[in-house]
Amino acid sequence: MPPAAPRSGDAIFASVERVNAELFTLTYGAIVRQLLTDLEEVEEVNKQLDQMGYNIGIRLIDEFLAKSNVSRCVDFKETAEMIAKVGFKMFLGVTASVMNWDADGTCCSIVLEDNPLVDFVELPDTCQGLYYCNILSGVIRGALEMVAMKTEVTWIRDMLRGDDAYELQVKLLKQVPEEYPYKDDE
Amino acid sequence: MTSTACFIIVSRNDIPIYEAEVGSAAKREDAAQLHQFVLHAALDIVQDLAWTTSAMFLKAIDRFNDLVVSVYVTAGHTRFMLLHDSRNEDGIKSFFQEVHELYIKILLNPLYLPGSRITSSHFDTKVRALTRKYL
Repeated sequence: MPPAAPRSGDAIFASVERVNAELFTLTYGAIVRQLLTDLEEVEEVNKQLDQMGYNIGIRLIDEFLAKSNVSRCVDFKETAEMIAKVGFKMFLGVTASVMNWDADGTCCSIVLEDNPLVDFVELPDTCQGLYYCNILSGVIRGALEMVAMKTEVTWIRDMLRGDDAYELQVKLLKQVPEEYPYKDDE
Repeated sequence: MTSTACFIIVSRNDIPIYEAEVGSAAKREDAAQLHQFVLHAALDIVQDLAWTTSAMFLKAIDRFNDLVVSVYVTAGHTRFMLLHDSRNEDGIKSFFQEVHELYIKILLNPLYLPGSRITSSHFDTKVRALTRKYL
């Protein structure tokens, strides 16, 4: 049986079950607010959001690969395109673009023009250092780690802080080869 | 077109959470305090009146010299109070409705605690633009 062709982000988005955008936004807002109340330190909340994103990412990658039928990506450039065009479209319904590739092709920026997580949100003065969408950086980091890439994801631009778009910098640290959990010679 | 007006938003616990003074009053200092005093004195009347009707817009509920107090009560008992000297009731009703929409957007912000002061400069700019438009 020939392998199924990879599906585009739009096609998958149209076929999965969807949830009300306001419910999603308000739920995420409630999570962030509760974290702020519990942890009080903005840095701690950032770290916790990243950790939560990581836990989501390591599980999300399986769903992504199952639904999208993509074949193995040839290089990191293709991986970044996959995340931006298929991944974001599939799970958030927004299309991101990839830009600012560096010379070795290991570092790029994913730019989001709109972001459903931050509808109606305005950062008050008490939370100025907060990366409200830090969960997204954790998701990307976790998902890529499960496909053998160790990455570092940081926020370059954040609309809640006054910039004009959301920009995430994804930097490939190293490719980790598959390790078998048991030794060959036993 | 420019008339004196004082707009405050009072939460259900009778705490003012937003104030805006607009208009071309000659003596600004004591006029501002007088306006706020009149509006707060009208709160008792609002409290009684709010339970008698299911409408949100309570029209003109009190008068002071030539100034009139109009009030709009939201579903959460947040009161928008306007002290003004114009007679344009439809304009005031539309003003209240638009401010209500802006207020709902503030409420949807998960990082805003309902009942606390509204510090958003965006909200302030928009409200002032609305006062110029409708009053």
